[in-house]
Amino acid sequence: MTDMSSAGRQLPDRLDNPLKSAVLSWESLLVLVALAIFVGNSFASPYFLNPWSLSDLTFNFTEKGLIALAMALVIITGEIDLSVASIIALASTLMGFALHTFGVPTPVLVLVGVLTGLGCGAFNGFLVTVLKLPSIVVTIGTMSLFRGLAYIILGDRSYGGYPRDFAWFGQGYIGDSVISFELVLFAVAAVLFYVLLHHTNFGRRVFAIGNNATAAQFSGVRVDRIKFVLFCLTGLMSGLAAVLLTARLGSTRPSIAQGFELDVITMVVLGGVSILGGAGSIIGVVIAALIIGLVTFGLGLLNVPGIVMSIFTGSLLIVVIALPILYKMWKERRA
Amino acid sequence: MNRILKNREVWLALAILAVVIGVTLRFPRFSQPGNLLTIFNDTSILMMLALGQMAVILTRSIDLSMASNLALTGMIVAMTNAAFPFIPIPLLIAGCVVAGAALGAFNGILVWKLDIPPIVVTLGTLTIFRGLVFVISGGAWVNAAQMSTDFIQLQRGVFLGLPILSWFAIVVAALVYVLMTRTTLGRAFYAIGVNPTASVYTGINVGRTKFMAFVLSGAISGLCGYLWISRYVIASVEVAGGYELTIVAACVIGGVSIAGGIGTVGGALLGAIFLGVVNNALPVIGVSPFWQMAISGAAILLAVVLNARGERSKGRIILKKAEVVA
Repeated sequence: MTDMSSAGRQLPDRLDNPLKSAVLSWESLLVLVALAIFVGNSFASPYFLNPWSLSDLTFNFTEKGLIALAMALVIITGEIDLSVASIIALASTLMGFALHTFGVPTPVLVLVGVLTGLGCGAFNGFLVTVLKLPSIVVTIGTMSLFRGLAYIILGDRSYGGYPRDFAWFGQGYIGDSVISFELVLFAVAAVLFYVLLHHTNFGRRVFAIGNNATAAQFSGVRVDRIKFVLFCLTGLMSGLAAVLLTARLGSTRPSIAQGFELDVITMVVLGGVSILGGAGSIIGVVIAALIIGLVTFGLGLLNVPGIVMSIFTGSLLIVVIALPILYKMWKERRA
Repeated sequence: MNRILKNREVWLALAILAVVIGVTLRFPRFSQPGNLLTIFNDTSILMMLALGQMAVILTRSIDLSMASNLALTGMIVAMTNAAFPFIPIPLLIAGCVVAGAALGAFNGILVWKLDIPPIVVTLGTLTIFRGLVFVISGGAWVNAAQMSTDFIQLQRGVFLGLPILSWFAIVVAALVYVLMTRTTLGRAFYAIGVNPTASVYTGINVGRTKFMAFVLSGAISGLCGYLWISRYVIASVEVAGGYELTIVAACVIGGVSIAGGIGTVGGALLGAIFLGVVNNALPVIGVSPFWQMAISGAAILLAVVLNARGERSKGRIILKKAEVVA
């Protein structure tokens, strides 16, 4: 699907000034965008600058952000996972099923959600790495399969009546503060993924695979094993997101989290991860998640309907990718 | 004989036949000519869409925005008809094709001129187009009472024993077949799918060819926008929600390789018919329609496994390097 550019990679004669490149980096551009939207929101609505409003805001991106962290790694290796929203649907349905059929306690409920996610991710990983199928078709297939299973189990019914201590995962706050459990979890996960991608051998291998899978293979990187692990990880995070989302909504329908995959991929790409693989950073993804949260929350305060918001996210995705390309074209034309 | 056995379309046709026979054994009325024609008519829209998607996939791209394009052009044409019922229907249909082609051209321009990966572009326009349906309609529906009689009845007319809707599918299939097999553009779709680098050296403009594929898929989506709305007689924001995956599924089941360059008109049509037959058979044998989604998912996975096996034996890689580049 992705055309490989045949242009060789060039080494510059000398490295850019680190301070200059930090200022001109994608991440600092994102921070500026985030600040601009933050300021814009504060002027647009009098209800925005309020600790509880800001705390509510975080719920707009924590669940999707958790998945985006893992998705970033998958996309950096040059693969993609379109099935994440359907994994949420299946995990949430199985949690409801476990609760209503066996009456399991909260810890088991959480375990069911997370393990379902892991299982789904492993299934994707198996198809991609063992059967060597293109991830885009595999996950279009499992996207339909996983949610289809949720429909088979639930049909037009819904599960509710989740226990009170389970709801804490999606609605709870740390002590009496305005900081939600979801936000803390996202922050911890972001740090873990940052270390994993940028400060471990594993992370270097992820980049190596994305830049040139064949060369990575010949340098002793177990390409398939790493890809398999990454699909499992994405499934796991989707399962975790399912726990949080189900706990927050307090009910499960097969149509839960419909369209989440788009928002997740938008976060990743907006965060500067190359859709062709090989480049990206966790910091970028985290800021991008924040931007999406700010945009949707700000529009929500202005009573903009969800479907219209999706125009903004869709345009944001295209514009953010198009702008650097247009800038480069403009620069090349001048040179 | 060997060639026939290796032919994917033959196997798919046999699989469809097996489903039909299997269901008929328990419910003899299933395979009455009338019912089979109904299934064909029900599947017409999917067949046309699958052909448009195939052109795009052949060029190593994907168009996830087709269903949203359909919903948007459908809403435009329904609102136009409700507001100006005197506009003749053929003119409306032409307008739909042009509107759909324009939306497809928007995708195509981004892919061609800015070189943005098609999946990103169409994932974006998937939401943008559907959001626009809400914006232009204000979330309201256009229902049967607001549409003119001609608007609703045109596709229900019968010509030579077949509904006009089926004729639409037949004509579109014939045109796409000619395009794919008898024109330089059609051959270029295949060429850039098989080897974009070699295509450049033979003088094919790869970007422009992809652009044309998106215009084609857009035009077909636009046409289907009218056909869908006048068939189900309701235009709303939710029209054909999630249908983009069914279209891709039809192609994949029909043997169109997602890696580009491989696929036939017959295969894509059979892929669509397969889904149509299965979806029609489910209620007959008493399976809840809620199984549809999982079954098409499983069918996609099965088809892609089979495709991969078929493609691997095809051709011999002379230079290991060529495989990496392609």
